[in-house]
Amino acid sequence: MPSYSLTVNGRRRTVNVTADTPLLWVLRDHLGLTGTKFGCGIGQCRACTVHLDGAATFSCQIPISAAAGHRVTTIEGLSPAQLHPVQQAWIDEDVPQCGYCQPGQIMSAAALLTQHPRPTDAQIDEAMRGNICRCGTYNRIRRAIHRAAGEGRGAQ
Amino acid sequence: MTTRRDFLTTVSGVGAGLLIGFRLPRHLGAAPRALADDAELNAWIRIGADDRVTLLVNESEMGQGVITSLPMILAEQLDVDWTKVRSEHALADARYGNQSTGGSSSVRGDYATLSKAGAAARQMLIAAAAAEWSVPADECTTEPGVVVHTKSRRRANYGRLAARAATLTPPADPPLKDRKDFRIVGKATKRLDTPAKVRGQAIYGMDVQLPGMLVAQVEHCPIFGGRVARFDGTPALHVPGVRRVVEIPSGVAVVAEDFWSARKGRDALDVHWDAGAGGGLSSETIAARLRELSPSGVTAIRTGDPDAALGAGRRRLDAEYEVPYLAHATMEPLNCTADVRADGCDVWVPTQAPTGTRRLAAQITGLPLERITVHTTFLGGGFGRRSQTDFVADAVQVSKAVGRPVKVVYTREDDMHAGWYRPVAYNAFSAALDADGWPTAWVHRIASPSILATLGPLQGGIDRTSVEGAQNLPYAIPNLLVTYANADFPIPVWFWRSVGSSINGYVTECFLDEVARAGGKDPVELRRRLLADHPRHRRVLDLAAEKAGWGTPLPAGRARGVALHESFGSIVAEVAEVSLGDDGVPRVHRVVCAVDCGQYVNPDTIVAQMESGIVFGLSAALYGEITIAQGRPVQSNFDDYRVLRIDQMPVVETYIVAEGDPMGGIGEPGTPPIAPALCNALLVLTGKPVRRLPIVKKA
Repeated sequence: MPSYSLTVNGRRRTVNVTADTPLLWVLRDHLGLTGTKFGCGIGQCRACTVHLDGAATFSCQIPISAAAGHRVTTIEGLSPAQLHPVQQAWIDEDVPQCGYCQPGQIMSAAALLTQHPRPTDAQIDEAMRGNICRCGTYNRIRRAIHRAAGEGRGAQ
Repeated sequence: MTTRRDFLTTVSGVGAGLLIGFRLPRHLGAAPRALADDAELNAWIRIGADDRVTLLVNESEMGQGVITSLPMILAEQLDVDWTKVRSEHALADARYGNQSTGGSSSVRGDYATLSKAGAAARQMLIAAAAAEWSVPADECTTEPGVVVHTKSRRRANYGRLAARAATLTPPADPPLKDRKDFRIVGKATKRLDTPAKVRGQAIYGMDVQLPGMLVAQVEHCPIFGGRVARFDGTPALHVPGVRRVVEIPSGVAVVAEDFWSARKGRDALDVHWDAGAGGGLSSETIAARLRELSPSGVTAIRTGDPDAALGAGRRRLDAEYEVPYLAHATMEPLNCTADVRADGCDVWVPTQAPTGTRRLAAQITGLPLERITVHTTFLGGGFGRRSQTDFVADAVQVSKAVGRPVKVVYTREDDMHAGWYRPVAYNAFSAALDADGWPTAWVHRIASPSILATLGPLQGGIDRTSVEGAQNLPYAIPNLLVTYANADFPIPVWFWRSVGSSINGYVTECFLDEVARAGGKDPVELRRRLLADHPRHRRVLDLAAEKAGWGTPLPAGRARGVALHESFGSIVAEVAEVSLGDDGVPRVHRVVCAVDCGQYVNPDTIVAQMESGIVFGLSAALYGEITIAQGRPVQSNFDDYRVLRIDQMPVVETYIVAEGDPMGGIGEPGTPPIAPALCNALLVLTGKPVRRLPIVKKA
């Protein structure tokens, strides 16, 4: 079994898995980071969104062979010391219902705010349309993103 | 190859800004460890010496907010500081009765019991203090978290009294705090589970990890009603990480060290199937059979003389409405973890049916019920699907076969193919209008596979879930006939958010707009007139119409549609503002929702659930469809089973009628009105009724 190294939430990790193992399952089954969720396995729902070298990426479609050597941030490592402004905004708007998709939503939103600290509704649509929420929290998600941006800390 | 977490599973408790993890030992006793020292005042309430209050929730949190709203009821009567409260799922336990979350029944069904449990615990704390101080109990009262003896100015925190209070006999009839004194119930309250959920720390069934646990996937027969003929597991066993291949009643399980190994092992499996009787079924043959059965339906309700009235009317209207099977498509695919041992069995599962899960595990293992421990995790959506236990059976069977803790994980495709769909339905309508254009007769013939028939024989040939919302049509039409014909197919059907009302809300409210149009009536005016004897319905309708600006001009190319429906004890009206895109796909811009759910506990949850129900219904109306070909479901994932996304999300405004009527449900009633509100707007835009869902057909 080949060995792969990558940086996850600032820590260098090495796993022995087959080359085609998706990053999602390396995180969940091998590194115990279950905050990143499995929803569809085909890149359609983005519950598995993480940051790969800072960019929002769906981890179910990235084999470990492609992720090796890169820097991965998961929901657990988004802002370990204190809540990220996006997480705080999610609390202030009481966004989650079942909550299963929300780590992916938050990772997408955090990446959006890095790119566009004051996103327009159109930019929110563009960045967030990949993330499905079956509970229908979309309007609260939009409000929370604007709130996080409005507090001026969105680009952190 | 696997880096196993050798520590025990951490399950997040939830608290206001305070996250308390507790550990689930592999062989868990009655109480989670962190609570072991807490005094148990009753099945719902535990208080630590440090004043920490843990409220146990006997319903399942699947997004609808019970992990917050039920503790609000307890905390109100117990009289504690809400910021000191945390809550968690209770184990399956006979003390809670039948634990089954569904039918929008948690708050309204548990309200009296929980109020009494909170009040009884408060009385026990008062009695403990009174005994300690040697004063009469009726001279004592409480402030949040404190028993107070006013005369002597003595005070004692609940935490100090809890151990003694727990030894007392609960009062049979404790006095309840009056509604006017409420500090918590009825106030918009933030969810207790949000902090854990935004940190990725909430534990769903999918996230359960146990020492020595294996992960399994099950290859089920792709044809409903079929079974395994023969299989060769050898190629799967050659896949690295695969440990076992076992046949269980529902199919063939590949048991591996992790998900990806199981997946690859499963791809290598070679299984041959016996198709059974369902092999020739298709959506077309099913539709034809429903039409054929329609005239033979059993009468659910008959008033007046509908046949004569149809003949006597100035004008007659006929229409056929059809809806497809629907999958629940919860965000978290189905899964269950079981640990079957000689001495007992633990099940960790996102379930709406803890009691049913416990019974099933006892049945499969042959162990007595007391040896089965069911741990309800957070549910990544339920919508009715998780009140089935097919995935529980898989996990218990596989763990029993391999003698290890096993997590069975369904892929999205497995989840969508596993059945237990919202039933298809064929609806034949006839109506008669008098000379002034008012309806005088309404005939609705329903043909649809029965959900309740999968649980037992139907009483009088009627499945009440199939006729709900049709049989109790609120409109004053003097001659009414509703019939029901059950159609039995090997495709399993089940409760889907709002159940029969998801169908009957759509078909009755759309046909009513056809009637309004034929009679030259405004849809709101027609409803108002026919609701003369239903003031609550009329109030809700009026509120929605007023807030939506019914009758006021709209931008070119936009139209409004209205629909009203009562389900689960609540009445909801929705007005949708709709246009047609260049691609012909409708765009819903704004939805105004008015709801009368009587007395309520958390108004913020009502707003959230209305919005949620609307999105759920809109996804189904626009795209939702499971079609059948050669006995198999065709759709398999979110690429061909589309759902609403953020860029299609309408503005939603929710208005609550608060007149103090009896409590209604809130998780489901938002769903039924949105499809007809949308379709009625399309009727205005195009002049054509939408008589078949979904609206957007795949090219």
